[in-house]
This record gives sequence, C-alpha cells and structure tokens, in this order.
Amino acid sequence: MRFSNLLAAGIVLLTASASLAQTPSYTNVGRTPTKEEIQAWDIAAGPDGKGLPPGHGTAKEGAPIYATKCASCHGPAGEGTPLGRRLVGSKADMWTLTTVQPLITIGSYWPFATTIWDYINRAMPRNQGGSLNANEVYALTAFILSKCGIIQEGDVVDAKTLPKVQMPNHNGFIPQRFEDIPDERKRGCRLGTCP
Amino acid sequence: MNPKQSDRRRFLKSGAALAGLAVGASASAGPLAAEPAPERIDDLHLYGERSHFVNSVRNGSINNPERRLKDEPNAFGLSTPLQDSVGMITPASLHFVVSHGYEPPDINPLEHRLLIHGMVDCPLIFSLDDLKRLPFVSRFYFIECHGNSTTGGLGGAARISPNATAQDTHGFTSCSQWTGVPLSLLLKEAGVQKSASWILAEGADASKHTKSFPLAKAMDDALVAYGQNGEPVRPEQGFPLRLVVPGWEGINNVKWLRRIDLVDEPYMAMMETTRYPSLRLDGKSRWFKFEMGPKSVITQPSGAHHLPVRGFYEITGLAWSGGGAIRRVEVSTDDGRTWKDAQLHDPVTQKAHTRFSIPWNWNGEEAVLQSRCTDDQGMVQPTMAELAKLYGTDVDYFRKTSQILAGFNAIQPWKVNRDGSVQNAIF
Repeated sequence: MRFSNLLAAGIVLLTASASLAQTPSYTNVGRTPTKEEIQAWDIAAGPDGKGLPPGHGTAKEGAPIYATKCASCHGPAGEGTPLGRRLVGSKADMWTLTTVQPLITIGSYWPFATTIWDYINRAMPRNQGGSLNANEVYALTAFILSKCGIIQEGDVVDAKTLPKVQMPNHNGFIPQRFEDIPDERKRGCRLGTCP
Repeated sequence: MNPKQSDRRRFLKSGAALAGLAVGASASAGPLAAEPAPERIDDLHLYGERSHFVNSVRNGSINNPERRLKDEPNAFGLSTPLQDSVGMITPASLHFVVSHGYEPPDINPLEHRLLIHGMVDCPLIFSLDDLKRLPFVSRFYFIECHGNSTTGGLGGAARISPNATAQDTHGFTSCSQWTGVPLSLLLKEAGVQKSASWILAEGADASKHTKSFPLAKAMDDALVAYGQNGEPVRPEQGFPLRLVVPGWEGINNVKWLRRIDLVDEPYMAMMETTRYPSLRLDGKSRWFKFEMGPKSVITQPSGAHHLPVRGFYEITGLAWSGGGAIRRVEVSTDDGRTWKDAQLHDPVTQKAHTRFSIPWNWNGEEAVLQSRCTDDQGMVQPTMAELAKLYGTDVDYFRKTSQILAGFNAIQPWKVNRDGSVQNAIF
C-alpha cells in the first residue's frame, strides 16, 4: 500500500470526512503527482469562475491582440471566414433561434462567458493553445463580449467580473438547473427520447 | 513502388466495386473461376492487409468538400461503410471519425500520463504501463456521434438524398471490443470525496477537448481503454488512451485522455454548451442529453444496392441502444403494414451493435424495407411522425432544418424499385 494512501486513509478517519469507499489495493501502481504537475494541467475554468487565474483585461487592450492573433481566421470584426467560425452576434440575432436557420454565435447563443475564457486559453490560436498569457486571454474575452454588445469597451474583465457577465441566451437551455441534468424525472423525458 | 502497390493503385483507379449487392452482381454464380494466382504476400507477412479486391472505405468531408459544415469549416467527419458490414464489430480502420478541425496528436505512449485529481483524497498519475498492470475488462460497446442520421448538419443533403447509402444515413456509429481499466477502479483508488458529483475529462489534442458528465456514470460502466479489437487503440480513436462512456453521445468518449478532474458541477466547456446542445423550434436547447436512443438500420439491401433478380435475400442490419441491450428487432417489407420478428445474432450485449437478419423473397414488385428495434428498457425506435410529434412540429421540419438534431433515431425506410434499385425513402 502506498504510504500516501495510508496517510490519506488516516486523515479520513481522523476528520470523519466521508469518502466513497476508498480501497487502495494496487501496490505501487501509479504515483502521487506533485502540486506543480497538477497546476500545470489543471486549466479548466467553471461557470462560477472556479479555476480562473489572476489577471485582467479590457476590450480596448484586446483589440490589437485580436487583430494579430485571431482576425486572420475569424475576420477583422469576428464575422467569420472560411478558416474560422463567426464569433460575433448579439441579442438582436436571437429571434433566429426559433427558425430552421438559427444564427449560432457567442453573443446570440453561448450561455456562459467563462466558456469564452476557457476555450481561448486552452485551444486558441488554432494549434497554439496555451500560448497566450492570462491577461491576453482576459483582454480577448473582453473584446469579443464588447463586440457582441454585452459589455462596454472599458469594462475590466477578471476572475471576479467574468462569471457575473449575463449572456443573452443564458436561460435558453434545459434543464436550467445543474442539479436536474442527471435526473431523468426532472428532465421531463427519458434520456434518448428528449426533443 | 513495388508491383503490388502499383496493382493496388490501378485497381483503385478503375473504381471497381465490391459489395455483393452492388453494381452488376450477376444473377447466378456463372462459370467456374480460374485457379487464382498465388497472393503476393511478401509485404503481408508482418502486418496483414485485406485483399486488394476489397475497397470499402470511409466517406465524408475529407473526400467530399461539399459535406463540410458551413459554419465550422475546419471540422470533418468520416463515416463507416455500414452497407458493406458483416457481424457486429467495426474494423478499427473503418471506425467513424468526427473531428472539430484537429488531426490526431502523435503521442509517444511511454511519455503519456493520465492524471486523476480534484475532489479526491489522493490524486494519482499513471503511465500507460501502470494502467496495464491493473485489472481490466473487455467489452463490446458502440460509439455513436450524437448527430448520426440527423437530417441537418453534417449528414445534410447526402443523408436525405434518394441515392444515400447506409453509410450516408447512419455511418457515424461504430462498434468495437474495448479493453481497459474500469474508471470506477481508478476513482476508488484515488478516493472520491463526497462533495464530487461530476467528472471533467480532458484530452491531449491541440484543442484539449473537455467534457463534463455525472460521476454516477463514471462509477457505473465508463472505461479507460487502451485496446480496441485486439490491438492498441488507433491514433484517430485516441491512442494511447480513450475514455469509453458506453451508450452516451460520442463527444463524451474523450480521445487521447490525459486528465480526469473530480468536480461538483458541469464545467460548461465549449463543445457541451455551444456545439452539442440540441436547439428546438421553441428556441430552447436541450443540453447534456447523453444517452443515445434505440436505433436500427437495414444494411443489406440498402441505399444504392441493386437486386439483380427476384428471389431469395437474407435481409440484415444493425440495431443498438444507449439504454441497454437490444431485445427485439422487427422488419417490415410492405411499408410498415406488417412486421415480423428478425433473428438476433450473438453476441447480443449491452450498448453494442446487434446484428439481425430475416429471410425475404423478393417478388419483383416495389417494396419498402424498414426495421424497428426495442431495447431491454422497453423503449421502441420511433417513426418520423412520432419524432415530429415529440418535437412539436411536422415531418417537414426535419427536411428543412440546418440543425444537427441530437439523437435523431427515426425508422429508416429503403425503397426497392421494380428494376431492383434500392433508394433512401426517408422523405
């Protein structure tokens, strides 16, 4: 048995913090990662802002970064090109969501602003994911939100403000409450036959 | 170039077709065949290849640029040639691929790591060799793209064309024997804390694809797979590690798996909140649908096949359900007026393709062939009309929408014409 597992089991007993049946039984298989190893890979940002790092940016700061790093694929104004999706749309485009040709853009469709940060940070620019620093990612997020008419040009986007940004289509998803998602009864239909 | 390669190239160029029911199959067996020349096996000793007379291949936006998504030009799909399939296993080389614009990363398995962290008592990091020392299971599971057989999006015009093949209509599903470590074993080893309720799984591709799903599924039957059909998982399928999430939308089956984070809410990653919700006509989107409903398709005879003579044909196809095992498949040869039970061929297992067949004598008249399956939860594959009712619209909506409808599982009709041609009759 791994020493660290023994230690962990001891802590569980001492603090009586319940855990799901921890039965470490595979001797010397795998190892405990260092804090640094976890930090290096733990890049996801959640809808409530969990995982967003320190840093900040505004649309104004984002504009020149967008022009050099993003515009060649997504177009100078985020309108999309044959190389990259359209990004910019607004609340005014949401009427299309009830038609057979809906306009799916960040402004007219995406439910969470944190998703913009998370995806730019992990995947953009294409095949150079992880190359932008936190301030650049915040600034680009602010630039896109501003182009979509969701925030002002001078608004500061950071780990505190970003989760509070209300996206126009935030209420367009069902089930609305996270805790209802795995529960078949609360979904209103059986999985597999949900319209 | 060796002589064999040049032979192969000439053959592929000639465009000859193989499938038994395809173009110009003769009415009877014809004269006895000449003695075959010995196969040139000099390059087949170490790693085998199929006969150069067999040329069934994947199909999609790689070789048909018009099938690219208008709003996601980098994405590409390659579908499995179901119309040529036998049995219930898909060869790994023909397993469907959906990529959101990225080629498979070239991963050295010796350097690859799987990290399990977050709300666990003891974070763990594994090498591939570590994982192979652990208890494993080998299970048959299908993986299906959530948009498979949708009339909009990736399938698009090719899916609803009268000339569509089963590959065009249903080719974004494939079935493999997956070998790997149950995710529940790894999670128990790490000690999941009571506060955890969701899994965040991440791949090592250039977009670091991320997907959230409930912890309960992870503890149920999810698999950290390193084997596919008796060999290492192929690069396009996630080499060296793929998360297999049985019966659930393909997007959950994270390829090139490198990280499992135990969290307490869905992380609302890009794919799951912006590309994979199913937008309905009321403007609401259903997200995190997960489970694929019961679906079946007749693969022989099917679209673009040709019946050379009237007489006997064994109708065969595939059925599957994300809800469990297939319990029953019924086949109609008279446009849905009467239905007969088809034979289910072993193995018939949970969340796997199930091969079915039923004998049929074609009398030379027009016929419409359909199959409908029922899973062991009692769920029955719906008709188009039933699906339209569920969506609160009419059947015409499915023809017009540009949306990828998640889990579109309507019964698929194939029309056999008097001249023996077989056509897609979805509309």
